[in-house]
Formats: sequence, structure tokens, C-alpha cells
Amino acid sequence: MTLGVLLGPQRLAPTIDQELSRWGIPGQLATITAGWQEREAEDDELQEFLGHRCVNLRLHARSDDVFGRDPELFQAHRAKQDTLRHLQDLYRGRLAHALDAARELAQAPAPSDLVEAEREAAVLALRLVDKQHLARTRKVQRQFELTYHPASRPAVDEHYRELRSILGECFALLIAGGHVASLLNRMRLFQLDTLLASLPRPLPVFAWSAGAMAITERVVLFHDSPPQGPGNAELLGHGLGLLPGIVVLPHARRRLRLDDRERVSLFARRFKPDRCVALDEGDRAVWNGREWSAGPSTRQLLPSGDVECIADLPESKEPVAQEARS
Amino acid sequence: MKPAIHAFLEQGRPDEGAIDAFLRSHGFPLVEGGRATFVFRGHADAVNLRHWIYGLESSQPFERAYDTDLWFHVHEMPPGSRVEYKLEVIRNGHHEWIRDPFNPHLAHDPFGANSVAQGEGYARPAWSLPDPETRTGRLEELWLTETPFGEPRRVTMYLPARFRPSRRYPLLVVHDGGDYLRYAALKEVLDNLIHRLEVAPLIAALTHPGDRLVEYPDDPRHSTMIANELLPELERLYPLMPDARNRCLMGASFGAVASLATAWRHPGKFGRLLLQSGSFAFTDIGHHKRGPAFDRVVEFVNAFREAPGRPSERVYLSCGMYESLIYENRSLVPLLQTTGMGVRYEWVRDGHNWENWRDRLQSGLSWLFPGPLWMVYE
Repeated sequence: MTLGVLLGPQRLAPTIDQELSRWGIPGQLATITAGWQEREAEDDELQEFLGHRCVNLRLHARSDDVFGRDPELFQAHRAKQDTLRHLQDLYRGRLAHALDAARELAQAPAPSDLVEAEREAAVLALRLVDKQHLARTRKVQRQFELTYHPASRPAVDEHYRELRSILGECFALLIAGGHVASLLNRMRLFQLDTLLASLPRPLPVFAWSAGAMAITERVVLFHDSPPQGPGNAELLGHGLGLLPGIVVLPHARRRLRLDDRERVSLFARRFKPDRCVALDEGDRAVWNGREWSAGPSTRQLLPSGDVECIADLPESKEPVAQEARS
Repeated sequence: MKPAIHAFLEQGRPDEGAIDAFLRSHGFPLVEGGRATFVFRGHADAVNLRHWIYGLESSQPFERAYDTDLWFHVHEMPPGSRVEYKLEVIRNGHHEWIRDPFNPHLAHDPFGANSVAQGEGYARPAWSLPDPETRTGRLEELWLTETPFGEPRRVTMYLPARFRPSRRYPLLVVHDGGDYLRYAALKEVLDNLIHRLEVAPLIAALTHPGDRLVEYPDDPRHSTMIANELLPELERLYPLMPDARNRCLMGASFGAVASLATAWRHPGKFGRLLLQSGSFAFTDIGHHKRGPAFDRVVEFVNAFREAPGRPSERVYLSCGMYESLIYENRSLVPLLQTTGMGVRYEWVRDGHNWENWRDRLQSGLSWLFPGPLWMVYE
């Protein structure tokens, strides 16, 4: 992708208009609001804000149409989702223990020359649990694709062609937030990554909140203080992978205890070498096809436990170079 | 710090006007740190605080302020506490139990209403109150025509806001559903918690018992009705998730016994249990002293303790510290943990009442059926 712009939440203080102006995007815009699920079509505010130049791709409604016309695919998709939910539950159980071990060791009163190696090992164990979960979810997804070939089902193909035609007439794609799994499923059903790659000219993508999460490589679900318990950040699975090397954290100020250095440190170490980037209102991170740059207020979670503006970090003057991935 | 009532009375015998002014200038019960002052004003030979705190004498005498008609009692009230009570006023040998005329807070239950003293820091959760912003679900009635009890049974169904037949939902079976609706604001709670994305949109089946004291303590007819008749009927009529971890049995007091007993008799069918102030009486030796209604409960709990199996996957348990059942509930936790089930428990400074059960619904339901808060990033 030649231009990917990730933004903080747009609901209260939208900046998407400025961003489109900054990049000189003219004319018609394609939008995806499938993260709003049944409310997908309720995009009047967005339309008005952007001067009624949006064409909503209606991926949620299209997927309903596909499932209505292709019951076999619907049942298979449903079964796949059941399996993924079950896997997520099982992973969550292992994850809780791995996180407990890492947190316990972080506070263990032992000489640093003894405990450091143990702490490192605990983080490695955590990364292994994550890695295995990613592999399992990917396998389930692949199995579904190999067995049912959703891309070549007539109902999907019909929409795919229509979407390609619409996107061919647009100057940018905007992906709004919402329910990240639902959004990702719809984009995956219509192979948004393949679709974008097939266009005659590259289409800039502007995405915010769940939209931003869904197009990165790994989707991390997080909330440090949910009502139901400890709030262990967990991987949902692979994202569309349009943008590399970044874990996106929308509403970080509200959802994460950014003043808890231990939690921040563990988070950053767990997901490195990806940068864990907080995307609050007004924040932005830009991928220009080679490297990342960030807005002046955009912050990153660091292994030290600090949360610093990316632009202020001595090792990462803008543009932020993509780090080698292990 | 000295309670305000003591400081007031240290100034000497107050006249009518001074008492009026003192009472007007405070709300009662007057909570000051870890204490609460209760007052009564009027002619009486004696006044007692009759509270429902297990472990304390249930009757606490008021003192009379000099020879005036002002009576008071200062009572320990740890922060966060909720205590239900009445005042016992004794006149000419006649005992009358009344609600505290100075206290606007009432708790309702099938037997009427009690006054409620709220310790420092307690506030009714916002999610238990009607919220005009919240999209509301709807209730509809269903009849199970054939049951092992030989009579039809009514079930009130809760369908969440934006219910769509093309989606699938978890199922929550609520014992004493009518009481949960009336006294624990269950509909408002479900509406709000679902709206706030804290609990997954779910379908609830609110059951209405016949004689609950007979049916709930491990009566096989009850568990058969729930597992083999209600569940298949609901699966036929509503779009429900097909697996045990998306089915929960919930209940309070004897309803908690019914929930555990049903899951125990039908392992693998209900993967979630929400047990509030369960009447889990048991004996290690000898006979229990809780009365005949508990005979079958004790029989069941003793059998369960002997061979718990693994009736469910995840259990949320709560109990008030001021209930007589706190010992039984605390004893149950380590046993449940040995079964390999996920167990979460919560002990709170409250009693055996519907508001306690209402206040625990957020933590219980959001753990058993976490909502999409985790998934939604607007």
C-alpha cells in the first residue's frame, strides 16, 4: 500500500476532513462502516461532514445477502465463527496464567541477575502463547477458505466485481470503527486486500479506531478495566495486514492504564518489534509505503514503561523507520 | 470523631425547637464514617432497631434523649454496607414494626418493604436505573404446556434491543424471574448492560415457580422441566447459540440451589451458573437446624459435596456478609474450585435481599457473558 493513514476516534472531534485535504484527495470516496453492523447504513453524519461524496460499500448488508443466497456458506461461516470463539476462550485461559507469571516475576523480590532471565523467559512464554493462537486462528480461517472457496462462490463473486467497479471510481477508501471482528469478517469475505491490490491505481486508505486495527497485521483487543475482570489484552487474530509493524490502540487514554508502568512495559515487550501506538482523538500515524511517520501528539508504549510522543523519541525522529521483524 | 447526636446532647437537655432544628439539619440515618445514627421521635416506652445482620443481636435498643420524645441509636456501619431494617416501637405493651419515617430509602421484596441504611460509599449502581439513552429490549410471554408438574408453566422471555432472528444469542434462564423483574430491576439492568456493551446481547427466560420450596431443592421434576422441556422449546422458538457455554442458569437463595441442582443432574448442558446467596445448607454430621424446608436442600448439598462432578464450566457466586448463609457459600468455593470449573466469587457487605442480588448482576453477567466492549472501538 502506498498510503495508509491511521487516525484516532472520529466521533467527537473528527479530523478526517483535514486529513483528506492534507493529502489532496479529490472526488468520490468509498466508505466501509460494516463495524457498525446493523447500523451500517446510518452514515448521514459522516456523509454530511465530508460533503456527500461518500459511497458506502455496505459490506454488512452485502454479507447478509451472500449468506441469504448461499446457505451452505452461511452455515460454514457460522461454524467457523463458533470454532474461533471456542479457541479464543481456550487461549484466554492459557493467557491468564502466562500473564500472571509475567506479572508475578515483575514484582519478585530477587537479585536482578537472577530474576531478569526469568522475567525475560516469562515474556517469551507469553509471546509463544500469542503466536500459537495466531497460528491456530489462521489455520481455521485457511481451512474454511480451502474447503468452501468463498471467493469463487457466485454470490460473493458478484459483489466482488461490483465492489471493484465502485472502488475503481473512488479516490480513497475510508474505514470507520465499530465492532472489529465483525468488520474484519466482512472485509475478509469480500477479500478487501486482494481487491485493493487488483485496482489499476493504488487507493489511499484512511482508517480509524477498529478500522485502523483491522488493516494491521495483528489485532489486539484491550481494556485494562473492563467490568468483568482483569482486562488481559488478547490477540483476536491476524488483521488484513495492509499495514506493517504496528499495533494500534484506539481510545488508549480511556481503555488503558497508561500510568501503570508495569502494564505498559509488559504490553510493549509482548508485542515488539511492532510499535504499540496509542490513537486517541487527534492522533495520526501514516504509512507512506516504506516507513511510518506520526502526528505530534501521537504516543507509543515503550518497553521501559513510559508512554512517549513518538516524535520526541531520540531513536525515532520522523519518519519512523520500520524495524526488522523477528 | 464524636457522633453528631452525642455532641448535640452534651449541650444539655434540648427543647422542642432544638430537636426540630437538629433533625432538620441532618439526614437520617446519619452516616458518619463507620457509624450510623438512627433516630425516632414520638411517644414510646421503648424503641429497637430490628435489622437483618447475621452475627449481631437482631434487636438493638434505642436510647432516649433525656426525658424528651427523641430516641436514638448509634450503630456500626462499615463503609459500603447496605443494611435493611425496621424500627420496633413499643407502647403500652404493644409492639409495632414500622419503616423509618426519616429514611426515604426502601427495599422491596415479596413480603413488603424495609428501610435501608446505606454506609459511606454505597450508591445504587447507575446501570440499575432506567436510562433514557438506553435502547430497550422487550418482554413476551410463553407457556410450557406440558411439564412434569402436570400443569402448564408461564415463562417470560426477554429479547434484547435490536433483536434479530438471523443472529444467535446466549440463553440466560432465571429462576424466580418475576421477582427479579420486580425487585431487582432485571429488565433495566439487562437493557443497560447490553447497551453499554458490557454484557453480550442475550435472550433470557424468566421462569415462574409453583411451590419453590418444594420444586427448587433438587426436585428431579424441576431439573427435567428446565433441561429437557424448556431448553428444547426455547431452541425451537428462538435463535440460540448451540453450546453449553452459551447457556446459563441463574437464581438467588433457593433459586441458586435449583440452578446448581439442575446443572448437576444435567452436566454438560449449562456451561454457566450465576448463584446468588445460595441456600447451600449442609451438615458434616448430625441434623441441621434450619427447619423442614431445608431437609431436601441439605440432602442435595451433602450429596453434591460428596460427588460434585463437573456440572458446569464457569460459576459466579455471591453472598452478603450479613447473611446467615455466608458460611455455607464460603465453604462451597474451594469445593467448586476442585472440580476444575472457573469460579469467581464476591462477598459484599449486604444481606439476603433483592437489591444485593441486583447490585451483583454487572460483575456476574459481564464475567459469564462478556459483552462486545472488548470488540468495539468506535
